[in-house]
Amino acid sequence: MTPISSTGRALPGLLDTEAIRKDFPVLDRLVHDGRKLVYLDNAATSQTPRQVLDALAEYYEQHNANVHRGVHVLAEEATALYEGARDKVAAFVNAPSRDEVIFTKNASESLNLVANMLGWADEPYRVDRDTEIVITEMEHHSNIVPWQLLAQRTGAKLRWFGLTDDFRLDLSAIDQVITEKTKIVSFVLVSNILGTLNPVREIVRRAQEVGALVMIDASQAAPHMALDVQQLGADFVAFTGHKMLGPTGIGVLWGRQELLEDLPPFLGGGEMIETVSMNSSTYAPAPHKFEAGTPPISQAIGLGVAIDYLNAIGMDDIAAHEHALTEYALERLREVPDLRIVGPATSEDRGAAISFTLGDIHPHDVGQVLDEQGIAVRVGHHCARPVCLRYGIPATTRASFYLYSTPGEVDALAAGLEQVRNFFG
Amino acid sequence: MKLDSMYQDVILDHYKNPHGRGLRDGQAEVHHVNPTCGDEITLRVRLDGTVVGDVSYEGQGCSISQASASVLNELLVGKEIGEAQRIQQTFLELMQSKGRIEPDDEMEEVLEDAVAFAGVSKYPARVKCALLSWMAWKDATAQALSDTPGSAPAPKESA
Repeated sequence: MTPISSTGRALPGLLDTEAIRKDFPVLDRLVHDGRKLVYLDNAATSQTPRQVLDALAEYYEQHNANVHRGVHVLAEEATALYEGARDKVAAFVNAPSRDEVIFTKNASESLNLVANMLGWADEPYRVDRDTEIVITEMEHHSNIVPWQLLAQRTGAKLRWFGLTDDFRLDLSAIDQVITEKTKIVSFVLVSNILGTLNPVREIVRRAQEVGALVMIDASQAAPHMALDVQQLGADFVAFTGHKMLGPTGIGVLWGRQELLEDLPPFLGGGEMIETVSMNSSTYAPAPHKFEAGTPPISQAIGLGVAIDYLNAIGMDDIAAHEHALTEYALERLREVPDLRIVGPATSEDRGAAISFTLGDIHPHDVGQVLDEQGIAVRVGHHCARPVCLRYGIPATTRASFYLYSTPGEVDALAAGLEQVRNFFG
Repeated sequence: MKLDSMYQDVILDHYKNPHGRGLRDGQAEVHHVNPTCGDEITLRVRLDGTVVGDVSYEGQGCSISQASASVLNELLVGKEIGEAQRIQQTFLELMQSKGRIEPDDEMEEVLEDAVAFAGVSKYPARVKCALLSWMAWKDATAQALSDTPGSAPAPKESA
């Protein structure tokens, strides 16, 4: 049965959310005196299905051990599970080799790892004085600050693409921004605040023309659409587990194998070495070269099971579901007086995170009154303060959807916003 | 509705009709931000001898932070510095009480309209909003006092 929205119109392309939601215990929670939870903060973190929770429990109950050392049965099982998760991630992003998948603690660590590799690298990758780093004004702070730090420490110049009035990257001067001096271009695939889906091909083409590396922050893309690192054509791709049904504490850096072989390690410690003497050490090949110390084992395994779950539903179907829901949400939100969408106005080339302002009611107040009705949204600058500055707004309210979100929840949001307007009217 | 305990009419009134908003002359100016939500305030303090001569401010933020600045202006301007600091300290204690302090008559006498923020203290995410202008005032007052030695007692350190 195709779910019917409150307006009586069928939305094509929706998933069977009734079945899916049974896998997410928290979605049944009642909050604030028996109100049904309406969870619309998926761009911040997604909820965790029973399958992942069970895998975490089973790991600790049956297989817990440190990985890659010890010859006992638990150590071997733990290692097989952990490395099995790497295989799942590699397949999920269509990586040519499993050795290109590095486990980190989150996307921020993945981005910082690359920034540090490039600061310590030899030619031709080395970022130093007389070279340039290119980012965009649309980035999450985690794809701004590591590059600012790198620029400050090396003397390199940080440059960025600005934004257009219709909430897209301004690539009109791409040949002047990405130049022969550019060593790395790092940009977000889907903006966490605007929802904008960025044009990869054009940026990658120009970067390759001048021999610059390309890094893509796919934190808001990997959970929501099929991701193919070979098709993207980037050199590095970062994302995080907890936004794609996995646990917190596990992130991914995918990098092209030859680069991972050439680039120096950042963190030193156990696991990342080949031999160690008091004078010097040699390093293990990637990915272990970049995974010093005991890794987040259960978290990686949990991410692997989350990927199984996403694959079973199908990334293309998830994308279609969110596309239909986003279209419906944009339509419902347009009906709310004084509401202004901060991001692309249509579902074209955009993700399922919708930011908006509501008259001059501060987002903090919007979020509070919505919360009282059980509706969880994010308010603030979403770790993308430059975007707020660019559009002259202090903050936004953001609703973000996922595979278990329903048209009914969109309706609840629209009704909730009416309450907000009444309250502060 | 529980919301009413946070959004008291007094708070909404101050939000809609703020007292003393706008920047005027002062001996010290500070700029404080709440990094979690982006609320910002620029606040100036003018001391007239031992009296709080003026507290002027400009900023952006939610109803709680804006109303709190308005209440602060109404409450502290014209007070002896020492008394104003005691009021600030009492307000800080109330806001850090996690809803455990039920303001009594004595506290109401000290805090006047500011007791309306008692309900806000139950919302950990919003306590910083209510305190933004008060911490800015404390900071600016300390600066003003250190710039004019001997004019007034040194500010007491608060929790």
